[in-house]
Amino acid sequence: MSTETVSIDREGKKMGMWLFLFTEILFFGGMFLLYAVFRHRFPADFHRGAAGESLVLGTVNTAVLLTSSFTIALAIAAIRKGEKILSARLQAATIFLGIVFLVIKYFEWSAKIAAGIYPNSPVLLNLGKGETLFFGLYYVMTGLHGLHVLVGIAVIAFMVHFTRKGTIGRENDARLENTGLYWHFVDIVWIYLYPLFYLVT
Amino acid sequence: MQNPLRESAARTYTAVWLALLVLLGATLAVAKLQLLARFSALGSLVIASAKAGLVLAFFMHLKDEGRFLKATLALTVCVLTALIGLTFVDVIYR
Repeated sequence: MSTETVSIDREGKKMGMWLFLFTEILFFGGMFLLYAVFRHRFPADFHRGAAGESLVLGTVNTAVLLTSSFTIALAIAAIRKGEKILSARLQAATIFLGIVFLVIKYFEWSAKIAAGIYPNSPVLLNLGKGETLFFGLYYVMTGLHGLHVLVGIAVIAFMVHFTRKGTIGRENDARLENTGLYWHFVDIVWIYLYPLFYLVT
Repeated sequence: MQNPLRESAARTYTAVWLALLVLLGATLAVAKLQLLARFSALGSLVIASAKAGLVLAFFMHLKDEGRFLKATLALTVCVLTALIGLTFVDVIYR
């Protein structure tokens, strides 16, 4: 610690993460655009496709992810109060909820694959163009979203480590804050995926 | 000045979390009971946007951010809206 005055640019530290999130919005946005165009062209197939999704699992997963956003937000509030142990526990809870989300996703995908619905499967080829597009988009969009959840879990695991080590603390919470921003973004993507793939029937 | 704000953070987050779960229930009700009939897709997206807005404003602290960040986010959303809108002009009138 030097005696010089150090000015901390809090907004600047977050700006980089926000810029990255803007690119992520357009990245997922491209796929939402594809979904919108093909749903417009094959409305009946998309309705039938969405009707085959498990509404219970989709809804539970939405609640799980919303709750995980809550726990990571609390973790940041805790670190700002200097409560490191509480913060580390809340971060661990977020990781746990992220894993629950992925496990449920695994069961959903397994059930689909067992039913013969996977890219280029004979069942899917018989169903026709619209449903092939629906399930193709389903796998790509939930798959890439799942990958983001996996990355988020890994990053939060590092944050738990940094919090325990003390390199993240009351005066130095930018990394945790940015991790939270990323996690919330992943949550928001799911908030839109949920009605598009489970509800719009 | 900052301390009372931080004290109330947990309470605010809890309220936001409960509101999110209520909205999840609402979107389920709208879809299952066909409350809005042919506008149910629009209704689901409006509720999804309300949820996203709550997450952005409170969990992502957007309401406390400066004008620059808010403006850049608005610009990004506008770009995405323009992309989707312009594509649909082509798709619908083809």
